[in-house]
Amino acid sequence: MSIDEKTVRKVAKLARLALPEDRVAPMAAELNGIMAWIEQLNEVDVEGVAPMTSAVEGLSLPMRDDVVTAGSEPERVLKNAPKSEDGFFVVPKVVE
Amino acid sequence: MTDLTSLTLAAALDGMEKKQFSSVELTEAFIGAIDKANLHLNAYVVTTPDLARARAKQSDAKRAAGKAGPLEGAPLGIKDLFCTEGVRTTACSGVLGDFTPTYESTVTENLFRDGALMLGKLNMDEFAMGSSNETSKFGAVVSPWRRGNEEAKLTPGGSSGGSASAVSADLCLGATATDTGGSIRQPAAFTGTVGIKPTYGRCSRWGIVAFASSLDQAGPIAKTVEDSAILLQSMAGHDPKDSTSLPVETPNFRAACQRSIKGMTIGVPEEYRVDGMPPEIEALWQQGIEWAKDAGATIKPISLKHTKYALPTYYIVAPAEASSNLARYDGMRYGARVAGKDLNSVYENTRASGFGKEVQRRILIGTYVLSAGYYDAYYLRAQKVRQRIAQDFRDAFESVDAILTPATPSAAFALGEKSADPVAMYLNDIFTVTANLAGLPGLALPAATDANGLPLGLQVIGKALDEESVFAVSAALEKAANFRAKPAKWWA
Repeated sequence: MSIDEKTVRKVAKLARLALPEDRVAPMAAELNGIMAWIEQLNEVDVEGVAPMTSAVEGLSLPMRDDVVTAGSEPERVLKNAPKSEDGFFVVPKVVE
Repeated sequence: MTDLTSLTLAAALDGMEKKQFSSVELTEAFIGAIDKANLHLNAYVVTTPDLARARAKQSDAKRAAGKAGPLEGAPLGIKDLFCTEGVRTTACSGVLGDFTPTYESTVTENLFRDGALMLGKLNMDEFAMGSSNETSKFGAVVSPWRRGNEEAKLTPGGSSGGSASAVSADLCLGATATDTGGSIRQPAAFTGTVGIKPTYGRCSRWGIVAFASSLDQAGPIAKTVEDSAILLQSMAGHDPKDSTSLPVETPNFRAACQRSIKGMTIGVPEEYRVDGMPPEIEALWQQGIEWAKDAGATIKPISLKHTKYALPTYYIVAPAEASSNLARYDGMRYGARVAGKDLNSVYENTRASGFGKEVQRRILIGTYVLSAGYYDAYYLRAQKVRQRIAQDFRDAFESVDAILTPATPSAAFALGEKSADPVAMYLNDIFTVTANLAGLPGLALPAATDANGLPLGLQVIGKALDEESVFAVSAALEKAANFRAKPAKWWA
């Protein structure tokens, strides 16, 4: 499966990465180089193998009580915001 | 008095306990050493000398009052991936701007609880993505090691290049690091230092900037096997704030370093004899086998059949997880926001200007392999191959107590030498990445030097949660290797 320029543009859009037009072709080449190397995984017989979804065997994710453990600290939460006002994050207009 | 910065962590703690010197004196010696070296090595991206001095004073008072913790007054370097309260943390990425956490990572909190103090934040590959520390926003780290008398700048490895360079050049007693595919063990091997990636879940990931969450683990880089055991002892432990942190007791790692390996069975995997491996790596491995035999261990050839598929598997799993983890960097809540004509273009511009080239490449690969129509062919298949790799280890550990391999396929290379070809760079992690995929502990220790005088490392891999055997075998090999080489301090 080869990645064409159209796919690169689509994937960049999905990833919310602005990709200048002159980077599209080189990026396609780079990604194809890596994906061609990855294709060797098709040699492996994975019939009946369960996908490994956790590095830890036999441990289910713990549940905690549904109570507030931290909060009411707007100053700390907003401390690194590029823009904030009155205890809120200020973001570009979302709805026209 | 001997140069305090050249002491091991164990010797420094002992010296302070015996009142031969104070933490203030020790800390001052490191601050001076960093001042001289950092311009040349670029190991630290933030230094916190005033904070370190204040903490050292407190430590001396605590020790005088008989309240010293296990690491009291020990100056450490902290990889820039660990959030440190009030001290800039950027994962060496532009996208985080001047992010200054309002909280402390669990691992650093554990170290500080035990008395350690921080000298500053250590350079690394951006978001820990790299094997040469060349992708950092703050520029490459230079290894203190050189090929003979050549002045060519060598890589300390990556992604924990700052940690490895700083420990090797005596710019801290030890350092925190993280390992997703080899980022502790490869730089340790390149710089003649010791690095252990513990079992997945041993150290809390809370407060560590996430790269690939099913693979990321914290661990130390230190001067000796014993030092790495002392540091891991403090770093490890269950943390309810990380749901993948294991609810188990931390064993006495330092005591394990004294354990005899007589009667242990050590596996040697045939598949790690890769094409094009330099003869000196092969010779080093043979030497390690002989050392283990001399210490009373039995050597057993084993097969880890799916080894060659580990790196391609990793380069699906890790970018997939990274593309998801890095979605949070949108310029809204932290980091540098770049303007655009609408909300989407603000996102796109912020991310394009904040992320470096390698990170963007991996985000795109991750997004591609997770996208509709490709998920089963790539991501699901990779998870199945990962299971095969983990099963190989489970089968091998039915009959062996530990596994011995080389740590890297070569000695350190020059900066710029491999940056043009991503796949050639990825191959650096060929011997280390398997332990991440299987969640197993692995330790790299220096064992010899090559013809140019550069360090070469061996790796010991253990069963899940059996770091003790890893420490026992590593300490025995360290004793036999008697590695004493140090880089010349050409910057001083």
